[in-house]
Amino acid sequence: MDFINNTLAVFPALILAVPVVVQLALGAMILALVLGLLIALARISAVKVLRGAAVFYLEIIRGTPLLVQLVYIFFVLPSIGIQIEPVPAGILGLGLNYAAYLSEVFRSAILSVEHGQTEAALSLGYTPTKTLWKVVIPQSFVVSMGPIGNYFIAMIKDTALTSVIAVTEILKTANILNSETFQTTAIYTAAAILYLIISLPLSRIVVVLERKARSRG
Amino acid sequence: MANDTNTIISVRDVHKTFVTESKRTMWSRLRGRAHVQKRVEVLKGVDLTVHRGETVVILGSSGSGKSTLLRCINKLETIEAGRIYVNDHLIGYEERDGQLVSEKASVTAKKRTDIGMVFQHFNLFLNKTALGNVMAPLRDVKKMTAAAARDLAVPTLEMVGLGDKMDNYPSKLSGGQKQRVAIARALAMEPSVMLFDEPTSALDPELVGEVLSVIRKIAQQGTTMVIVTHEMQFAREIADRIVVMDQGIIVEQGPPETIFTNPQHLKTRALLSRSGFIPKGLADETGLSGD
Repeated sequence: MDFINNTLAVFPALILAVPVVVQLALGAMILALVLGLLIALARISAVKVLRGAAVFYLEIIRGTPLLVQLVYIFFVLPSIGIQIEPVPAGILGLGLNYAAYLSEVFRSAILSVEHGQTEAALSLGYTPTKTLWKVVIPQSFVVSMGPIGNYFIAMIKDTALTSVIAVTEILKTANILNSETFQTTAIYTAAAILYLIISLPLSRIVVVLERKARSRG
Repeated sequence: MANDTNTIISVRDVHKTFVTESKRTMWSRLRGRAHVQKRVEVLKGVDLTVHRGETVVILGSSGSGKSTLLRCINKLETIEAGRIYVNDHLIGYEERDGQLVSEKASVTAKKRTDIGMVFQHFNLFLNKTALGNVMAPLRDVKKMTAAAARDLAVPTLEMVGLGDKMDNYPSKLSGGQKQRVAIARALAMEPSVMLFDEPTSALDPELVGEVLSVIRKIAQQGTTMVIVTHEMQFAREIADRIVVMDQGIIVEQGPPETIFTNPQHLKTRALLSRSGFIPKGLADETGLSGD
């Protein structure tokens, strides 16, 4: 079968783009986790200004498409003198976007830790800050493991959007191949399968992590 | 300040009011009506002194303020008036021109290390094993090394009879075992007083005994304890002094034998008769009562 052979023939070229995808997804995820936690803490903080700023950020990010945010970072920021290379721009765009969604995961996870544990920690001499970092947040991480994993998988697929800001990830590589060889069906089928190959094992890992977290709790 | 060195807890004229805001309905919001505040005075001037090595049991019907009093002693609840001293330290507040001002949280935290508390619902850290629960405050608060914390945590867990359950997570422990881990966790901090807030109320009847016997064991070691409980027989047997609360005040206190055999206050008699300790008729008589 020509189709199968053609599809298989495309893989070596596409696989070269996988490291870029990994770089984008890992970089953006780390940024999103750190920033997301900070936003979540701001949202539950006693300081009104922090709460307001967090909600403002959340609404801006959730109210605009990720694709527009990426384009904005890459094409608009240079006009005010901020020039960012494609891959860092992709990491920044994905990270800032996912931070908003992860902050909601963290916020509900933090609130889901029963208040009794906070009281126990306080009664044992933990300061409120230490209670948050040593008792509440570690447990909220366990609760948020599943949702975080699912967002990570979604993010891997969203790296395809960075093709519009000149990142040579899988889709961009496929586009280039397509313009050279015009084997459209084989190339994009191979690209789709490659995404599947990356995300399927990850979803299995997420399921296992969730089960593990639940058996402990 | 408290008077003598033998005094561990000194509660002076403490007042506490719970303020609950009624739900704001859409209608009241549209009309711009102010919130309706409901104020319930739960402690109406409580005085209590607990001496070193003493076991004090607080009895009272629900809503009498006994748990609230206990929670005020380590400032899990704020108070409006009065003073609470533990080991001569004013708890939770600084005094400025005779006024109570909340002190820094880190200062309160330091004072709390000297006050152990056991809760009705255990409140174990669910992401840690039994051993992890006991070690956590030793590491995080007392800054012990892992080895030193373990050397203290292991014998404490063995003392409460959980030497073989140290690596179990709370989800793999029974209620009675969880409560014993919670007791070990508080005890390992070597506080000068232990507060027990209805430690057996959330347990299945067949698990109550194992927790009570651990508390008994701690009492025999001379630990100062304040226990809020509904277990009358246990109270009678373990207490050096029984304190009876009703509607936010202490109505009667004394040695258990006096309280159980010759209760003076009507509420005490009602309480004892409800749990079958004195015949119903006696509780209904009003002639004996001082109030």
